[in-house]
Amino acid sequence: MTRKQRRLTLIGVAGCFLAIALGLVFYAMNDTIVFFNSPADVVAKNVQPGTRFRLGGLVKEGSVQRGDNQQVAFEVMDAERSIKVSYQGMLPDLFREGQGVVAEGMLDPAGIFKADTVLAKHDENYMPREVADTLKKQGHWQGEASAAPPTQ
Amino acid sequence: MLVEAGHFALALALGLSLIQFVVPLWGARSNDPVLMAVAPAAALAVLACLGFAFLSLTVAYVTSDFSVLNVVENSHSTKPMIYKISGVWGNHEGSMLLWVLILALFGAVVALARNSVPARLQANTLAVQGLVTVAFLLFILTTSNPFTRVVPMPAEGQDLNPLLQDLGLAIHPPLLYIGYVGFSICFAFACAALIDGRIDAVWARIVRPWTLGAWVFLTLGIAMGSYWAYYELGWGGWWFWDPVENASLMPWLAGTALVHSTVVMEKRDALKVWTILLAILTFSLSLLGTFLVRSGVLTSVHSFAVDPERGVFILGILVLFIGGSLTLFAWRAPLLKQGGLFAPVSREGALVLNNLFLATACATVFIGTLYPLALEVVTGDKISVGAPFFNFTFLPLVVPLLLLVPLGQTLAWKRGNFLGTAQRLYAVLGISLIATLALVAFRNGGPVAAPLGIGLGIYLILGSFNEIVTRSWSRGTPLASAWRKASGLPRSTWGTVLAHAGVGVTVIGIAATAWDAEGLGTLKIGDTMRAGAYEARLERVVPRQAANYREDVATLRISRGGRELGTVETMKRLYVTRGMPTTEAGIMTVGLSQVYVSIGEILPDGSIGMRIYHKPLVLLIWLGAVVMAAGGTLSLTDRRLRIGAPSRARAMQAASVPAE
Repeated sequence: MTRKQRRLTLIGVAGCFLAIALGLVFYAMNDTIVFFNSPADVVAKNVQPGTRFRLGGLVKEGSVQRGDNQQVAFEVMDAERSIKVSYQGMLPDLFREGQGVVAEGMLDPAGIFKADTVLAKHDENYMPREVADTLKKQGHWQGEASAAPPTQ
Repeated sequence: MLVEAGHFALALALGLSLIQFVVPLWGARSNDPVLMAVAPAAALAVLACLGFAFLSLTVAYVTSDFSVLNVVENSHSTKPMIYKISGVWGNHEGSMLLWVLILALFGAVVALARNSVPARLQANTLAVQGLVTVAFLLFILTTSNPFTRVVPMPAEGQDLNPLLQDLGLAIHPPLLYIGYVGFSICFAFACAALIDGRIDAVWARIVRPWTLGAWVFLTLGIAMGSYWAYYELGWGGWWFWDPVENASLMPWLAGTALVHSTVVMEKRDALKVWTILLAILTFSLSLLGTFLVRSGVLTSVHSFAVDPERGVFILGILVLFIGGSLTLFAWRAPLLKQGGLFAPVSREGALVLNNLFLATACATVFIGTLYPLALEVVTGDKISVGAPFFNFTFLPLVVPLLLLVPLGQTLAWKRGNFLGTAQRLYAVLGISLIATLALVAFRNGGPVAAPLGIGLGIYLILGSFNEIVTRSWSRGTPLASAWRKASGLPRSTWGTVLAHAGVGVTVIGIAATAWDAEGLGTLKIGDTMRAGAYEARLERVVPRQAANYREDVATLRISRGGRELGTVETMKRLYVTRGMPTTEAGIMTVGLSQVYVSIGEILPDGSIGMRIYHKPLVLLIWLGAVVMAAGGTLSLTDRRLRIGAPSRARAMQAASVPAE
């Protein structure tokens, strides 16, 4: 083979790799991507039961109910509405009423969000960014409780 | 006073690194040895300044000097001493200071390697390194100054994020940064080669130890981060495909490709242009990782604070270096002398395939990590790309690569014989296949993924050591002489074998996660819960008080089939200053497996939510990474690779031929 032929072969092989990878990526994009929705989005977008998504908002005060075997029910709300969530398992350390939360799962036919993952903040001072953005957009943002002393 | 001196040293380092950038570059251009000699001197001076700055911040932490804002925000007088020291880089400003300190440290090592690096290459390399230092020092001084004072001085600090109050903080960031920043040296060497328009096997010889060293540290840093997340976050996962983790995986994949392509370049004088591009891309991905983690684009335990100004600045640095180096590449790469030719079926050919696989796998991680950010900017839709995406795209690219590893390792340089090579692997293939089938047969209805993965791991380990066997033993050779021959093989060969076997070990550990068992329970004292064959009985719950937190300690007795194995403690802590609760998992190691217990909420009636996992062979995941790093280190100690080895000087004179 001449140098040119070899180079073409190499480019061909590399092209095949890229094509396979792109195929995998596009296929996976359709199936495995999870959208983030606030309770208001769920209604506005008319999200169907059985579609996986991430639900984010604040845990409604007084809504947390515990059942047997670590069953938990609570409501996630934004400025407009709230959605009931049920979950079995351990809640993160920073899960609290009135605080930001992101849950992943899907709606059941009754409109209850069955979560299989619940995420909360990593740190006392910060809210999940998606939740903060939603609240800002809806004009209910009071700012993060800043504990930093004034610098002069 | 010391704090002001530290601040001044930082500013001085900026000036010096500016000199380190401009003067040697001019010297190399005008062929002036005096100007070129400024480079090593400036690099050493920058290191001295930054070392002093870092030291003064450390002193402020150790003495709890709460007149410094950074100390106030991230420390507390009751914090244990080890976290006062590691807390220096447990925040945005301090971690950036550590970043430039390591950068300067590496610059100084290049500066001291006067005998093994040609003067012009050294001058250009240090100049590029100087520019990187300038950019990051400007970033620190304008947006992230760790030496800002607070007036009036508060009496007490706000403490460090409790998740970071762990030994992991003392180890994980320095290892990771040494890895990231180590690739900056490869980047600087690549840019220097482009500026000079020449590149040869000597260049590859000089760069290869840097690549290998950076790769070893990055491997350890990622493994350490993974183990830390596993035991600290309390839910037993070891890899989450979190963007921050991906940010470190991408340079690792590109760096792994680079380690292999420099071998081809050194041995066969081929793949030159590709190696240069790869060196640029690897550091670009390191920078991208820094951007993702430090800019606040992502919310995670790593993004200490969100400040848009910082994000824009780092983005600027990113654009400058990636754009600048790629432009340089496009402009100068055509000047580089063409490399040698080789047959497709040869070790070089196999290494090209390795590079294609790794680069493509890296690209899928890149897309999965950045697509959500791009989509949000363009359409405003927020999405998350998680494990399913990566399992679907990354695994199909990595599994074939792993299958090819022993094959490539057995192929000869220049011209290989595919059938002959395959023949040498018959025994390995046979044993792995039998082991897989045996595991499938005895899996007791468990998932089939585990035996298949473990079979792949066994194949990798055996296939790797097969190289030693085929090179030292043939039918009829007495074992004693075969052993002599094997121990006489170059260390780099043993290093390769060990590193590849380490990959196999990790693969076994990952595959065995399919056998994980877990159990949930709401326990009162005396209650039990089980995971697989393991049972945990809640013995007692006792409150305890420490210097900066209080905790409830639950003690559980672990048994298997009625036989007691011992007790573990899992704690729910409340860090008083921040009012932040954390969970400390209780872990019992049984051989290579672990029983992992974590405490949940303590309910008003005194019962406690608990979770137990049995994780068979889980330690292999990280042990494999340690074996890989050991292989890399062994390779580094190979005499032929050592900087300043006698053979080097001769090779250099012979090989430095201008490219034009």
